[in-house]
Amino acid sequence: MQAFLWLTIVTALRILGRNRLRAGLTMLGIVIGVGAVIAMVSIGEGAKQAVQKQIATMGTNVIMIWPTATSVGGVRGAQGGAVTLTVADAVDLKKKIPALSDTAWMKRDILQIVNGHRNDNSPVNGASPSYLSIRDWAFSTGGPFTQADMDSAALVALLGQSVVDELFDPGEEPLGSVIRIRNVPLRVIGVLSPKGQSTYGQDQDDVVIIPFTTAERKVFGTLFLGTVGWIYASTDRAEDLPDAVEQIREVLRTRHRLQHGQPDDFTIRTQVELGQVQEGTSQTLTVMLMAIASVSLLVGGIGIMNILLVSVTERTREIGVRMAVGAKRRHIMMQFLIEATTLSVVGGCMGILLGVLSAWLTTVIAGWPTIISGHTVAAAFAFSAAVGLFFGLYPANKAARLNPIEALRYE
Amino acid sequence: MDALIICEDIWKIYRVGDVDVQALRGLNLTIRRGEFVAIMGSSGSGKSTLMNILGCLDQPTKGQYRLNGIDVGHLQPDRLAEIRNQQIGFVFQSFNLIPRTSALENAQLPLFYRGLPLKEQKSLASAALQRVGLSGREHHSPTQLSGGQQQRVAIARALVTSPSLLLADEPTGNLDTQSSQEIMEILEGLNREGITVILVTHEIDIAAYASRQITIKDGRVLSDQATEGRSHIVSM
Repeated sequence: MQAFLWLTIVTALRILGRNRLRAGLTMLGIVIGVGAVIAMVSIGEGAKQAVQKQIATMGTNVIMIWPTATSVGGVRGAQGGAVTLTVADAVDLKKKIPALSDTAWMKRDILQIVNGHRNDNSPVNGASPSYLSIRDWAFSTGGPFTQADMDSAALVALLGQSVVDELFDPGEEPLGSVIRIRNVPLRVIGVLSPKGQSTYGQDQDDVVIIPFTTAERKVFGTLFLGTVGWIYASTDRAEDLPDAVEQIREVLRTRHRLQHGQPDDFTIRTQVELGQVQEGTSQTLTVMLMAIASVSLLVGGIGIMNILLVSVTERTREIGVRMAVGAKRRHIMMQFLIEATTLSVVGGCMGILLGVLSAWLTTVIAGWPTIISGHTVAAAFAFSAAVGLFFGLYPANKAARLNPIEALRYE
Repeated sequence: MDALIICEDIWKIYRVGDVDVQALRGLNLTIRRGEFVAIMGSSGSGKSTLMNILGCLDQPTKGQYRLNGIDVGHLQPDRLAEIRNQQIGFVFQSFNLIPRTSALENAQLPLFYRGLPLKEQKSLASAALQRVGLSGREHHSPTQLSGGQQQRVAIARALVTSPSLLLADEPTGNLDTQSSQEIMEILEGLNREGITVILVTHEIDIAAYASRQITIKDGRVLSDQATEGRSHIVSM
């Protein structure tokens, strides 16, 4: 049996080698199909990982809560127009929900930041110290502000990298210098490590973070003390997120005295949900391209079937001779199945090369991240073999069912 | 009475359109081991049909055909293939070698389907090629060989399994006189070594190599006579 398989494969390769042009044209569909699948999947995987990296910049297991636009007398206000969330909400959430490892609050305004003769307009976040840990902000130099800074509304600031680039000359040390926001002098005590773009495409490094109390009392000039723009909460384990979201909703509804049937006056989103939007987009794209690739594989398979039918007809006499000297049906069947599979597998391998090459070119030329996983390559290989087997079945069966007498007589 | 082939009241009826064609009509035939038989007859006599049945490529509609004691009339196609592989060697008029495949590989073919180890296949096949006088040409492809040499490869292919029956269907039909003579001498030699040879031909001087001549007409045996072989006929 081993000798049989080996010789049949050698024979199949020899036959393909003899009709190189024909074999090449036949394999083209498979080559393009497999190549497209490999390229698409690796681009898709690359995009997915990029998105996941972005999501990770928000921190781990983060829940975001912000006020929803309220409808007053049928008139819907703008988002953020309401000031329904408070510091007390955030504190109470942590107290009442054991699953939450921490909560943080934050309020934002876009203000002019001045350093000497240079200035920049950037978001200024007034935040609780826990905001830094929940959002996983790290420091390239300096360090965070503390609870003591918070309690005393200390005049300190943390700068994002983009703000540093805007306000300071290259090589100038921002740490220890004093910047001004609305004429309030703030000492720079830390520079944040860059996070890059958010999932919304915002530059997350274009930011100044100051203690919440400093912002509220000295910089923003807020009308309603104790109100916040965002509450952040985190859990230790990702599995706890959905439950935590429900509990947060309940606690907040109770605190806000919302009646049954009244809509929430806040919105809760987890980082997972934010990621899903993006992943959904890339998945749609992947599915669409996969559909195109499968059509190509289908056409390739039909091409293989077609050329095999031609081959069976051309070699009718040979089949007759093989039967006369003792080939059983399964021998003939195997021979043509192996030929079909050899065609498709050789095509598949060329397709894998093509796909890897296109993925590489995509990275080099377009700068898109791509990931070629062993799984994808293995799956493409298996799939092309399966295409050969499937589309070889009909011609092989046709060959195996030939009547030896008629086959021998065939001109 | 060591009978290799026993045909009892064999009928073969084909249906062509609406008409039944009776190719064989109650044919009886016994061939002993070691005989050299020529089957003759004009086209349409039923000799090709008989040849196909004797070669286990076809089965009788009615009647019994026993080859080496096996009733092959009701066997499944795969079992028939096995019997062809083990008992019968075919030599065809048009050689029927597999194109672009070496002489050795052609001779190997039956052993390939028998599933022998590759080494054994090769050594048996090259021994068979040697027996038909083709050693040194193992790696020639059919197009590199003359007609006579191609037919010798075909004979080697038929021999390689040490069959009990060698069926030659017009083996010299495509050959010149010189090559025909060589081929017939090889068959004669094989018969002397004990292989039963059945030869289908319409050429009298080819049939003359056999020691028994059977003429078929209208699906039955018309005449069946022992001859004294080539020398006897040639002297006539």
